Amino acid sequence: MHSTSSTIVLVLAVFGASAVEMVEALTIVVAAGVSRGWRSALEGAAAAAAVLGVLVAVVGVPLVRYIPLDALRVVVGALLLVLGLSWLRKAILRASGHKDLHDEDKIYAETVAELSETGPGGAQPGATETAGGSGPVPARAHSGRDSLAFVVAFKGVFLEGTEVVLIVISLGAAQHRLGLAALAAAAALVLVAVVGLVVSRQLSEVPENTIKTAVGIMLTSFGIFWVGEGAGVNWPGSDLAIPVLVGFFIAVTVGYTAFMRTKLPAPAPEESPAT
Amino acid sequence: MTKLLARGVKAFGKFWWDFLVGDTPELALATGIIVALAFLLDGDRLVGAILLPLLAAAFLLASTLRGRRRAPGG
Repeated sequence: MHSTSSTIVLVLAVFGASAVEMVEALTIVVAAGVSRGWRSALEGAAAAAAVLGVLVAVVGVPLVRYIPLDALRVVVGALLLVLGLSWLRKAILRASGHKDLHDEDKIYAETVAELSETGPGGAQPGATETAGGSGPVPARAHSGRDSLAFVVAFKGVFLEGTEVVLIVISLGAAQHRLGLAALAAAAALVLVAVVGLVVSRQLSEVPENTIKTAVGIMLTSFGIFWVGEGAGVNWPGSDLAIPVLVGFFIAVTVGYTAFMRTKLPAPAPEESPAT
Repeated sequence: MTKLLARGVKAFGKFWWDFLVGDTPELALATGIIVALAFLLDGDRLVGAILLPLLAAAFLLASTLRGRRRAPGG
């Protein structure tokens, strides 16, 4: 039987990870759609989503069926731990000012500029600004098939989605709840896609670093829990240890972020004008 | 065919290396140490439950400090 706490953390972690990665992928898909044509961009995104779905089934199902649970939990726990720690590190560095925040507007403008310069459907006169002021876009997008838009959208969704697939397979397989994990990821994908298409632009207002921090905390907590569980450590309270670990890593993250703010280098003194 | 296979294996290996180690080898090392320690503590309820998260937190701090912005020339 699965405890409610681990199910909630599983769904939240997968949903959050998928949402944040899909926001990043959406930036590329919207850029491809606006500058080269929506049809090919959407086809590319859909094809990548389908391949990722097949990957979950092909890799995940045999893992759940044929690998002993304890061995699976150690491997999966280690994978989640390395992923979670690296997400948390990046999130702390960004929140404390040591690393620039992920800038969807900048990525969008760069992708549009790059796509607009390449081949048919390229830069056209009368380029306008996007609603969010994210840079120039061609006044008229292509309406036919465009292989570049397909490839760019496919690559964007596939690369961002690979991490999601690993999280879905890891969390789903370790708890024997692959279906639920896949469903949570699919729900996030649909939500981001619908919102993105409705507003027809990249979602730069999404608090990406906050979501990434939350997911990093959950992945790290699950990682530590599964590594211990698979290696034979008996957690006090069994699955109830997961929310306790989540609480511990929230405190660690808040504390480290505050500490790292004190480590910011002093701004360089302004040079006095030459006399 | 062999060349293609070798290229595929190399690309697969590079993907996993970048994914798991990348520019934070200390976190991959941390994970290895935590896994090894978990096996050494096999069945030890309290020590495992306290030590593993603390160790993860300590490695996270070390890695975060390594990635901090430094003053020019500092």
